[in-house]
Amino acid sequence: MTEGLLEAVEQMDAAERAEHEAAVAEKVAPDREIAVSAGETLLAVDGLTVRFGGLTALDDVSFDVKRGEILGLIGPNGAGKTTCFNIVTGVYRPTEGDIRLEGQSLARMKRYKIIQAGVARTFQNIRLFGAMTALENVVVGTDARHRTSVPGALLRLPRHRREEREAVDKAMALLEFVGIADRAADKATSLPYGDQRRLEIARALATEPKLLCLDEPAAGFSAIEKDALSELILKIRDDGYTVVLVEHDMRVVLGVTDRLVVLDFGRKIADGEPDAVRRDPAVVSAYLGTAVDE
Amino acid sequence: MTATTETERAPSSSGGRFGELSRWWNARSRPQQWGLLVPVAAIIYLLPVLNPPIITTEPATSFPIALFNAAVFALIAIGLNVVIGQAGLLDLGYVGFFAIGAYSAAVLSSPDSELGVRFPWLVIVPIAMVITMISGVILGTPTLRLRGDYLAIVTLGFGEIVRLLADNIDPLRGNRGFQDIARPGGTYPDGSPIFTQNDAQGFYWLAVTIVIIVLFLMGNLERSRVGRAWIAVREDEDAAELTGVPTYKFKIWAFAIGAAVGGLSGTLFAAQVGFVNNQRFDVTTSILYLAAVVLGGQGNKVGVVVGAFLVSYIPDRFQFEPEYRFLVFGLALIILMIFRPQGILGMRQHLLTYGRQAYQKLFGAGTGVAPTSLTPSSRPAGEPAEAVPDDRSGSRPQGGGE
Repeated sequence: MTEGLLEAVEQMDAAERAEHEAAVAEKVAPDREIAVSAGETLLAVDGLTVRFGGLTALDDVSFDVKRGEILGLIGPNGAGKTTCFNIVTGVYRPTEGDIRLEGQSLARMKRYKIIQAGVARTFQNIRLFGAMTALENVVVGTDARHRTSVPGALLRLPRHRREEREAVDKAMALLEFVGIADRAADKATSLPYGDQRRLEIARALATEPKLLCLDEPAAGFSAIEKDALSELILKIRDDGYTVVLVEHDMRVVLGVTDRLVVLDFGRKIADGEPDAVRRDPAVVSAYLGTAVDE
Repeated sequence: MTATTETERAPSSSGGRFGELSRWWNARSRPQQWGLLVPVAAIIYLLPVLNPPIITTEPATSFPIALFNAAVFALIAIGLNVVIGQAGLLDLGYVGFFAIGAYSAAVLSSPDSELGVRFPWLVIVPIAMVITMISGVILGTPTLRLRGDYLAIVTLGFGEIVRLLADNIDPLRGNRGFQDIARPGGTYPDGSPIFTQNDAQGFYWLAVTIVIIVLFLMGNLERSRVGRAWIAVREDEDAAELTGVPTYKFKIWAFAIGAAVGGLSGTLFAAQVGFVNNQRFDVTTSILYLAAVVLGGQGNKVGVVVGAFLVSYIPDRFQFEPEYRFLVFGLALIILMIFRPQGILGMRQHLLTYGRQAYQKLFGAGTGVAPTSLTPSSRPAGEPAEAVPDDRSGSRPQGGGE
């Protein structure tokens, strides 16, 4: 009986395991050229306005995401956080304003091109491919970087075989990285809720994003699961990714973010270090309401 | 965990007898699978020669002809399965592609054709496939922006348009049709031709060979970026697009490939019958194709071959009146939908070229390898599962889920 990878990892001592984890993180790390260097503006949201009929969902919102940071995008319900994600990933088009990744405008780009250009996202309500295994779900993510099309696949040309081999390898590493490697062969819908969220993150990372957008990843999590998730988000950043996080849970937000942007009724009301933002009177009143004085 | 891994990774016992069968099959090594497939293929090839009693359709219908029709039907089902089963695009006008294939063969080789050319069959096949493929792209380009019911309605219209063109365009000769369509050449060692109108045995062997080649190629597609893109589109088109899948492009490919296979089956049919006219290409035929795919198991290429065989063979064997054909399959479909909504062989297909090796690397080679979970979990997605650890060893009732 051949020993599988999972059992092998099980039997490693601490030093070996650390080495193994480093190898996994190495394989997961993005290996694309990113035009801007760490700390510089990766994504620029510039004067973004979105109207749905008479409703203004976003009103002249501008902020930057710097390469290598974890930016928290917070605000009360209906503040426009998810709309913002939807604009960045091309689900909606901005009425006015622009979004640029490394200086390249995403406002008119096709949705799958935006993903290929380097923005990946997860969904508030989990949207996995239910009929596929966990591993296959992640490989779909890696396909965003593949060039094989029908002729190559029909005839199993060398490039197709190389891409397939690398994709499975990378997807395995990603599943291990997010901590659900033992679920690789299971159907996505049969995974427990928390693992489905992790699988979505793995699938998004598989597209080798320059910017990872997480839409309420902690929704429905217990306190323990939230801590584990915070750890994962920090691990993703440390591996070289830039993260934008929409989240309601303040413990998660304050635990991981480097900077916060606060939206309220489609307007940006604060932008800065978490500690400063937390004490900002405008933010406090948006969350708690203002005293009524006659 | 180490002590329990063996049982934990035992595949879940869902999917009934066929699920059991598929799991057993997946646990075989490649050489073992080939060792089983070769004799099965041999039996399939020998069927018209053996002409086994009880199974045979004679004396009412020539057994080789019944088998040939079933093989052509299987080819059609494989093509339609790409569109419906894999990409999830409900195409109700698939007979249109079959008709275009058959008419291409007729126009390019019949002496009745105004074109005045008589191409050999082997030249006709690629031309007909290209023509149907182009017609698939032409149909798909505007319509694949539609989804669900709207797409179904437009494709239904397409099938009717093709039939009405054959009715009304004079060079296509309507009811009079085309005679003497080219058939493949080749002779037996004693000099008698292999492919004749009366003896369908040669045609049956040709059709089975084509079915096997097409199955093989479709398997290659399935375990590639293309197959995964189709399944992703079927499961959640928006999520697919937002995972970087060019959904429109791959939907067009699904239409084009489905159409090409439909055209190929049309040329086979035209060659064997030797005559094409405007009968045979109506909407109900499209529905019968659809029934074969649903019956066999959408998305499973082997399943749809079984479904197609049943839909074609049963009426020949039991000599239904044509009207009863639809009654019988209608009832069969209703019963199937109640007891086995995923179809006879409705198990999921593997989508990775190196999946087997990958799972083995992860779990160890001795575990029988686990692409398990063939049926939806009974636990609704989203429900946090406390009792996860032995989730995979316990029985997982089928049904529920999607």
